[in-house]
Amino acid sequence: MTCTCGQNQALYAQLDEVINAHKDQPGSLISVLHKAQGIFGYLPEEVQAYVAEKMDIPLSEIYGVVTFYALFSMNKKGKYTFNVCLGTACYVKGSGKLMEKLQEELGIGVGETTEDGLFTIEGCRCVGACGLAPVMTINDKVHGHLTVDDIPKLVNEYRELAKAEEN
Amino acid sequence: MEMVNVIIDGVQVQVEKGTTVLQAAQKAGINIPTLCYLKDVNAIGACRVCLVEIKGAKALQPSCVYPVSEGLEVLTNTAKVREARKAVVELLLSNHPADCLNCVRSGSCELQNLAQQMGIRENRFLGEQSVFPIDDRSVAIVRDPNKCVYCRRCEAVCSKVQGVNILGGIGRGFESTVGPAFGHNLDDINCSLCGQCVNVCPTGALAEKDDTQKVWAALADPDKHVIVQFSPAVRITISEEFGLPMGTISTGKMVAALRRLGFDKVFDTNWSADLTIMEEGNELLDRLQNGGVLPMITSCSPGWVKYCESHFPDQLDHLSTAKSPQGMFGAMVKTYYPETEGIDASKIYSVSVMPCTAKKFEAARPELADSGYRDVDVVVTVREIARMIKQAGIDFANLPDEECDAPMGVGTGAGTIFGATGGVMEAALRTVYEVVTGETLPKIDFEAVRGLDGLKEATVDLNGTKVKVAVVHTLARAKEMMKKVRAGEADYQFIEVMACPGGCVGGGGTPIVNALTRTMLPDDYRAIRGIGLYNDDKNLPLRKSHENPFIVKAYENFLGKPLGHKSHELLHTHYTPRKLYNLDLND
Repeated sequence: MTCTCGQNQALYAQLDEVINAHKDQPGSLISVLHKAQGIFGYLPEEVQAYVAEKMDIPLSEIYGVVTFYALFSMNKKGKYTFNVCLGTACYVKGSGKLMEKLQEELGIGVGETTEDGLFTIEGCRCVGACGLAPVMTINDKVHGHLTVDDIPKLVNEYRELAKAEEN
Repeated sequence: MEMVNVIIDGVQVQVEKGTTVLQAAQKAGINIPTLCYLKDVNAIGACRVCLVEIKGAKALQPSCVYPVSEGLEVLTNTAKVREARKAVVELLLSNHPADCLNCVRSGSCELQNLAQQMGIRENRFLGEQSVFPIDDRSVAIVRDPNKCVYCRRCEAVCSKVQGVNILGGIGRGFESTVGPAFGHNLDDINCSLCGQCVNVCPTGALAEKDDTQKVWAALADPDKHVIVQFSPAVRITISEEFGLPMGTISTGKMVAALRRLGFDKVFDTNWSADLTIMEEGNELLDRLQNGGVLPMITSCSPGWVKYCESHFPDQLDHLSTAKSPQGMFGAMVKTYYPETEGIDASKIYSVSVMPCTAKKFEAARPELADSGYRDVDVVVTVREIARMIKQAGIDFANLPDEECDAPMGVGTGAGTIFGATGGVMEAALRTVYEVVTGETLPKIDFEAVRGLDGLKEATVDLNGTKVKVAVVHTLARAKEMMKKVRAGEADYQFIEVMACPGGCVGGGGTPIVNALTRTMLPDDYRAIRGIGLYNDDKNLPLRKSHENPFIVKAYENFLGKPLGHKSHELLHTHYTPRKLYNLDLND
């Protein structure tokens, strides 16, 4: 289960640290998987198999947890994940419309990633910022009081940001 | 033990504290319907079929996990309870294919039974059904997740009893199912194919791969000389398929039935079990005397062998190189048998009836072709052969007793007990003791290695050499033992491992014992079947493998001597290190 490419090796080294820190803590699987997803961006089969082996937890159990919680994803994410809050407060403030606009703007559905690898759309239930409803997070940043018209602006903003980072 | 008084439907019963309402109700003469509950395997209160009213509780409670307390009052048959249970079953049926007419489990399906018991004639909840691909890639087991009712009995037996954790709960809501990780098939995830999941599945979601058509086709082919062998545990378990009491020995009826199905010769795997003892016993002596790898571990159980290959690929030297009785029989029936009887070996079609799903995988191993042909052409389980006998209209229970054909049809009691955990060990000790000491065994029964204890140990004095032996059954126990072997901490010379609980009598190809029967039986069903085999052993004229005249003759006329050149060619094998998963997860 060792990895050959250098970049992956560094990621697996980070994962090892996480696993070692949680190894003897019962019930720590969800934390480990959460952090593993933070490291790799998603939870591909080989990462799950790696966690299974290192933590001595059956692979079937890990896969069961990964598929049970909406938080975990087995699909590679884009550079920016647009996560629209569909919790009660945001929803009554129109986040459903934001979600529709976002899908239209990017031409993909929920849980999908654009072909250029830049954007992923997700929906979630409450990020704890109901005062700012409707809310959408882009990676770790919270954007509040959004209107449908903000969506194309934000998409462009991040597209430019990606370009700038490339250059 | 503290006793408590409980009132169930007005009937007062006294039960041990900690008993569940379900068990207490049985004491009061009431069988509460269940689906996910399976005695000693699964009690998770998930399916809600066993709901009851508890006085003082707000909601209906699942009786399989509700512990009794002093003065508890339970109502199991109110309108509210009946309606709730019925709704639960209707909801399950709303996402279940209504193809009972074509289903392998029709007649023995616990969901079908519930629907009948509750008088469901139409379903109020018809709607969309989830669709999953059928996994039929392995040679032994077919998974149809569309028929899964999420009872998780398979997951429980796979993880708790077998410790292999192949099957697990996947997804949530409408996408929920139970299966191998990543939605892979059983082959890719390197399942041992023990079939315990099939034995506990209440519906047709898990079943053996049906090979009966291959057998019918061979029987109908006039150019083929079709022979059949049936293994030790078949003679005891087949009885249940035809309404005979559990534990009844039906060797003679089985022979008669197979002959009536049209097999040209009916042989007995007990014969080659005796042959296995000759080879494996001598292999043990050879290892003891010449510094071979110890402990030596038995290799008769194909589920165990496959498990060992993928979980302990570095420990394969411990496995006896002797083939299983099925494997030895296969090699001999296409070499020794045609040579002695003057038959063209290429015309022989070799059918094997086994209590086992993994035997289908064993027979398909590329290395099991030492005769120059496929040693065993097809394997059918006890359930499959019973289906064939029923199809042919044979009145099994009233058949006369008949005897097997020569020269491979006579086995000893030592062969018979192969079917129970500890039996191979006992059979081996009977022969090894007499071969080494040259004396007759003072007591032929090795009681210490019998029964359903998870780990059994014994020490045998062979002319001053103390040989320490151990017997384990279930793959979870095998795993514990192998960890010790790997660490060099297993202080034994000889270990018997059987993949299934109770040995072959609990095999994945034996008649299914439903949840209710399991709770009503006076003992574990594998114990009852095992005792039947020991009784058969006691009543047989020959009880030691080396005293079987047909084995003696096979060595004299064909094989030479145990571990000789021909034995090595035909009766011994090698093992294949396998990966944990047949997947390259880094690609």
